[in-house]
Amino acid sequence: MKQPDQVPQSPSVALFVTCLVDVMRPSIGFAAVSLLERAGCQVFVPETQTCCGQPGYNAGDEKSARGIAEQVIEALQGYDYVVVPSGSCAGMIIKHYPDLFADDAAWRARAEDLSVRSWELTSFLVDVMKFRPVGITFDKVISYHDSCSGLRELGIKDQPRSLLAGVDGTKIEESDLAESCCGFGGLFCVKYPDISTAMVDRKIAEVSDGGADVILGGDLGCLMNIAGRLSRQGKSTNVWHVAEVVAGMADQSASICGSHDAQTSAVSAVGKRP
Amino acid sequence: MKSSARHFPANAREALADERLQGVLDKFSDGFPVKRANAIARLDEFDELRDAARDIKDHVLANLDTYLKRFESRVHESGGHVHWCRDDQEARTTILSICRAANARTVTKSKSMIGEEIAINDYLADHDIEPVETDLGEYIIQLRQEPPSHIIAPAIHLSKEQVAETFVEKHTGRDPDRTLTDPRVMLDEARAELRQKFLNADVGLTGANMLVAETGSIAIVTNEGNADLTMGLPRVHIALASIEKIVPTLEDASTILRVLARSATGQEMSVYTTFATGPKRTDDLDGPEEFHVLLLDNGRSDLLGTEFQDILRCIRCGSCINHCPVYSTVGGHAYGWVYPGPMGSVLTPALVGIEDAHHLPNASTLCGKCETVCPMHIPLPRMLRSWRVRQVEKNLQSASSRYGLGLWSYLARHPRLYRVLSNCVARALNIMGGHRGKLSRLPLAGGWMSKRDLPAPQGGTFMAQWKNSRSRYL
Repeated sequence: MKQPDQVPQSPSVALFVTCLVDVMRPSIGFAAVSLLERAGCQVFVPETQTCCGQPGYNAGDEKSARGIAEQVIEALQGYDYVVVPSGSCAGMIIKHYPDLFADDAAWRARAEDLSVRSWELTSFLVDVMKFRPVGITFDKVISYHDSCSGLRELGIKDQPRSLLAGVDGTKIEESDLAESCCGFGGLFCVKYPDISTAMVDRKIAEVSDGGADVILGGDLGCLMNIAGRLSRQGKSTNVWHVAEVVAGMADQSASICGSHDAQTSAVSAVGKRP
Repeated sequence: MKSSARHFPANAREALADERLQGVLDKFSDGFPVKRANAIARLDEFDELRDAARDIKDHVLANLDTYLKRFESRVHESGGHVHWCRDDQEARTTILSICRAANARTVTKSKSMIGEEIAINDYLADHDIEPVETDLGEYIIQLRQEPPSHIIAPAIHLSKEQVAETFVEKHTGRDPDRTLTDPRVMLDEARAELRQKFLNADVGLTGANMLVAETGSIAIVTNEGNADLTMGLPRVHIALASIEKIVPTLEDASTILRVLARSATGQEMSVYTTFATGPKRTDDLDGPEEFHVLLLDNGRSDLLGTEFQDILRCIRCGSCINHCPVYSTVGGHAYGWVYPGPMGSVLTPALVGIEDAHHLPNASTLCGKCETVCPMHIPLPRMLRSWRVRQVEKNLQSASSRYGLGLWSYLARHPRLYRVLSNCVARALNIMGGHRGKLSRLPLAGGWMSKRDLPAPQGGTFMAQWKNSRSRYL
């Protein structure tokens, strides 16, 4: 697991939003901004970012993954830190970018420089900024899903739990299958939907047996998979990204696959901050 | 064994619809993984042993020719024979000629994945030699004429009730109305059936977990002792091994034994660990008169020096299979050939060809659990991805995947165009989702939408909202 160096005063942080959060659920991005600002960071959102290149990389198309990685490396240079609200996209940047440029010393050096500065959101908040949420309440029994890349590539396990422990009212009901893959796997769930569904069903059944009200996690892909299946099954378990809960913004956005009726704009919530 | 790996999706669908199989698989993940975790918790130096085991095999693979030749010399010195077999066909004909020379009519077998790889049972049967599997699991699936579904637990796909049905049907000459529910009674019945076959066999065919270069010995582990009866009772013993099974010394073999059973079944040691060296010597009380070792390549030497070399460290413990969420969902037969799960999805394309096995490296979420439990530190997810790279190089991926990813990659490298389009898509889907906040049908999203709803985007993209909010409030 990464160890932080000396943290500068009010560090500059580039938020790498991730393509899924950008399109599907901006409220996670705004929750991340809010948390980073509360932790004392200056947050920037570099405009030329798009996707980290993981879909192509995992499909074996290293050439296009390299092209995208070069663009991301350019976009994210010059900030003290880069923070990503997703374990798998953070893992792509931290673990796989340097491998992509194994045969190119100049780009490899740049990829390694980015790798050292990049952090998954919960890990950054806890391990680097020593952040603890204050005055947030979330009165629910939570089952936490440890997404595979964050867990096994980056060692993220305690950080989200530590953040949730600082939120009043939370109780974590650990599932035996917390660390089991939900069956999302990027293109896996599209190529092998039957297997993917059986995998997510097992996870959902275990969580339901445990009596949790909500499922939280740190990767929107997995959460969309779990929530999408829960919704199709007509189950009422709600699903949010951990950042939304820890930022106190869960009640401002309908849960993933939940009804929009109760939703007010996540943007206005952030906008009200001075 | 003929591969049906190209039919993986259909095989998997069949497995998912098989209620009995699903019942067995539901319990699968609670078995070996829990026992392994307990065994490892009792051994403080397990991680150091893993590193040492990996280093032993890396050293062997860098010096494979040296150790194989040393092994051959030692086998000769102890009075045995070594047969080099380039492929499965050579291995089959070599075994047949040894059996013919021994006038063999029956051959007992202890479990060997190489035996499955070269499909030796069918070949012997076609040449009027009866092969008899003596590992209980292999014996059961031989009665049922099924392939193994796991490399260490070949009949793991069957329930106790299915085994009882098979015994009642196949063990003729016993009371057909007997009840078989007690595993001990079933085991005794199988032993009684097998006992005479052990005694009658002309040739014993075993695998080998390791080949020890310094002594010319083969090492075999079992829990049933059947390998000992297979190699010790008949006049001729043939051991089948692939070339990467070699280790330099007995000390190295014992290092690997310390991680093998713990990783496989959670035992500290298998019940029987046997080292066999050469044929029966003058003063020995028992043992075969002839000792043959078949060294099979079958495509493995082609992996040396490639991005797939690390799979040759595999010691066939099955730990990656036991912890694989895909295997535990579809079982072993879906993979369509001898080796299932993560190690199989790396090895099968190498041995039967990526064209045939193209699904296997893709049928993984790359969750990474396999690598964390591999006692030999084999980077399985990295190699699954390497097969995908080869597929792209050979243009083997589907047209939809090629065009879809090509388009995505183009857009991702043109941020302005991407910004505009992604915002349009987000807004359109948001409107389509309406108050429900989700979508149940969309063109081109069948894979996802057949069993799941898609959450509707919340409105415009983050990037668009960010631009507006910051210019408004900052």
